[in-house]
Amino acid sequence: MTQFSDLTERADERWRERVAGDRPWVRIGTAMCGHAAGALDVVDAVRAEIDSRGIDANVDEVGCIGLCYAEPLVDVLKPDGSRVFFQRVSPEDVSTVIGDYLEKGAIDPDHALGYLGDDPVEGLTDLNTLPGMRFQQRIALRNAGHIAPDDLYQYIANDGYLGLSKALFEMQPPDVIDEMKASGLRGRGGAGFPTGVKWSFMVNSPGPRKYILCNCEEGDPGAYNDKGILESDPHTLLEGVTLAGYATGATNGIVFIRHGHDGPISRTEKAIEQAYEAGLLGQDILGSGFSFDIEVSLTGESYVAGEETALMESIEGKRSMPRFKPPFPAAFGVWGRPSTVNNVKSLSYAPQIIARGGEWFKSIGPEKCTGTVIICLTGDVKYPGMYEVPMGLPLGQVIEEVGGGTPSGKPVKMVQLGGPLGHLLDHKCLEYGLDFDDMSKNGAMLGSGGVIVGDEDRCAVDMTRVLVAFCQYESCGKCFPCRLGMTHLLELIEGIADNEATSEQIDLMNSIGRTMEAASLCFHGQLGYNPLRSAITNFPDDFRSHIDEKRCPTGDCDEPLLAPRNTRPLAEDLREGLIPLQAV
Amino acid sequence: MSSDELRERARSALASQKRPTITVLSSLLAAHDELGYLPNEAVEEVAAFTDASINDVWGVATFYTNFRFTPPAANTVEVCWGPVCHLLAAPAILKDLLEDLGLSGEGDTEDGRVSLKYNTCLGACSQAPVISVNHRLHGRMSSEAVRSRVAGLSADSH
Repeated sequence: MTQFSDLTERADERWRERVAGDRPWVRIGTAMCGHAAGALDVVDAVRAEIDSRGIDANVDEVGCIGLCYAEPLVDVLKPDGSRVFFQRVSPEDVSTVIGDYLEKGAIDPDHALGYLGDDPVEGLTDLNTLPGMRFQQRIALRNAGHIAPDDLYQYIANDGYLGLSKALFEMQPPDVIDEMKASGLRGRGGAGFPTGVKWSFMVNSPGPRKYILCNCEEGDPGAYNDKGILESDPHTLLEGVTLAGYATGATNGIVFIRHGHDGPISRTEKAIEQAYEAGLLGQDILGSGFSFDIEVSLTGESYVAGEETALMESIEGKRSMPRFKPPFPAAFGVWGRPSTVNNVKSLSYAPQIIARGGEWFKSIGPEKCTGTVIICLTGDVKYPGMYEVPMGLPLGQVIEEVGGGTPSGKPVKMVQLGGPLGHLLDHKCLEYGLDFDDMSKNGAMLGSGGVIVGDEDRCAVDMTRVLVAFCQYESCGKCFPCRLGMTHLLELIEGIADNEATSEQIDLMNSIGRTMEAASLCFHGQLGYNPLRSAITNFPDDFRSHIDEKRCPTGDCDEPLLAPRNTRPLAEDLREGLIPLQAV
Repeated sequence: MSSDELRERARSALASQKRPTITVLSSLLAAHDELGYLPNEAVEEVAAFTDASINDVWGVATFYTNFRFTPPAANTVEVCWGPVCHLLAAPAILKDLLEDLGLSGEGDTEDGRVSLKYNTCLGACSQAPVISVNHRLHGRMSSEAVRSRVAGLSADSH
C-alpha cells in the first residue's frame, strides 16, 4: 500500500532535481493559447536546439501562466539563477533567444519579458510587477505555467494532494463539507450557488452508486478558463473531484469535456492514469478505506450540453436536451443515480480550501463573494489573458490595469460579460465590482468569466447579432419558445443590422423575449434574450442609427453576418429509407 | 472505400474504445474519429454494438453539430466565428476565404481539397482571430495569412 509520505518523498526528489539540480529547466507554455500562437513548433525547435548544441537540460511543456498575449512563452531556469521569461518566441528565434541564453547567458532584449526569483536579473523586470501579474492572486491557477501538467510528482511537490490526504486521515466527510461552507465558496459555473451547501444535498441520498459530475463543457465563446485548468494543472481538478466524492459519499467522478479539445482531454486522461498508478484513485485510496473512480466523458458539439441535466443526458449517450426538474440531480441524476454537478473552477478551489482552511479562503474578496475570480480578458485589450484576481475589483480597473486598456487608446464602449446568455454592457459597467452580487445588483451577471472588451469603433448591433446567432444555432430545439423565438430574433436583428427595420420591431423583439423567458425549460431560452435586451437598453444610439438613419455607425454591419444556419439536419434528409417509426 | 471496409473499420473502432463507459454517443464519436464521417454503415454498426435502434442512433448523430455524413475533403479548415474572433476581423477572413474556395458557406470544395467549417469557439480567444487547420490551431490570423496557409494545403489527404 502506497503511503502519502512515499509519494511526497519521491515528489520532493523530483522537484529538487528540477529546481536545484545541475541542469537548466526549460518550460514552454502549450495550453490552447500557446498552441494557437505556435508553441508546438517551438517545443520541437527547442528540443532540436538543445540536442544540436549538446546541452543537457530538462524540457517540460507547461500550461498557461495567464499572460496569453506573450505566447509562445518560454522560460529558462538555470542552476543557481532566476527564471528568465522570453515572450513571443517563434521557432526561428529559438536558436538566438533560447540557445544563446542557455549556452552564453545572452539575453535578447526583444524577447525578454521578465524574471522570477530571488536574484534580480540585470535589465529585466520582476515578472510579478507586470500589469498582468500584479493584481493576480492565483489559487486555482497557482501551478499553471509553473509545473508540467503531465507530471504527478511536480504537483505533489507543490502541496498537491495535501488537502485530500488531510481530509482522508484527519477529517470526517461532514467536516469537509463544513470547511467548504465556511470558505463561502460559490459555484463558478455562473449561478453562484454555495458549493458546500450543494455538496450537502447529496449526503443522504442512497447509494450504492453516487456521482460527482465535473462540468467542462465550456461552450461559452470567450471563456477558456476551465479548459485552461485542465491543461495547466489537471491534478488540482482531480483532487477536487475526489474531495467532493469523499465529502458526499460518492463513488464515481466524471469529467465532462467537449470532444475535439485534444489538449485538455489528453492531459486529464493522463493525470487520471497517473493518479490510479499512485494509489490516489481506485480502491482504498492511500489505505484510507475510501474508494473512488474518475473517468472522462466526451460530448459532441452542443452548447446546451453544459446545462446540468442535459449534461447527464449526454453522458448517457443521448441527445443533450435538458430534463424537467424535479427530480433534482442530488436525488435522480445520471443513470438515475444521485449526482452533484460542479464546475471545473469550483472543484479546483477545494484542495487549497481543505489544505489551508475555509477561513483563509474567506479572507479573500468581499464577504459574500469570497475568493478569486478567473477571467478570460479578450477583445480590444492590450494584454489579453487568463487572469485570476480577487473577487470585487472594479471591472474598469481590471481592464485598464491588468489588460492594459484598449490597444487603440480609445475609451471602452462595451463589455460583453457573462457569456452569450449574458449582457452587452456600456461604460457604466466599468464601475461594477467583479463579483456575483455587485453584478447582479446592476442587472449583469458574471457567468463563467469571459470578459470581451470593445472600444469606441465597434457597433453594438454587430456584436449583438453574433450573440443572437450563437444562441439560435445552439438552441437544442426542445422548447418551441426558444427554438422559434431565437430564430425569429435572429431575423429581426439581422433586419436591423441591414438597416431594414422599423422601431415597431423592437417591441416585437421584446414580446418574443418575454415569451422565451417565461416559457422555456432551461436557461438557454430563459436568458437567450439577455444580450439583445441589454444591447437595446445600453446602446440606443447604435440601434437608432440603424433604424432611423439607415446606417451603421461604424460600418461593422455593412457585410452580412457569416454564421452557420439550419443545424441539426433531419435524419430523413440524410438517409433514404430510414426505418419508419412504427417498424422499430 | 467499400461498404465492407467501412463496416470493418467502424466495428474495430467501436470495439477498441478505451473509456469505461460506452454509449451510443461515445461509439459515434469513435466511429467518426476513425472514418472522418458517419456513413450508413457506421450508424448501423453503432446500433448493433450498443443494442440501440438505428433510429435512436440517427437521433443522436443528427443532434451534435460536429458529426458529418459525407466523406470530408483532404483538409479540414475551421474558422472561429465566436464574438472575440468576430470583433477582431473574423468576418473579413471568412469572406475572403469563401471567395478563394468558391463556397458560399460551410461545405466542401469541388476538388475535394478543403472542408470548411464554422466553429463557435476554438478556445484560444486570447489569440483571436483563430482558425484550425486539420486540428492544429493558428492564432492572430489576418486574411492574408489564412489565404496563404489554405492555398498551401495539398489535395492529397494530410
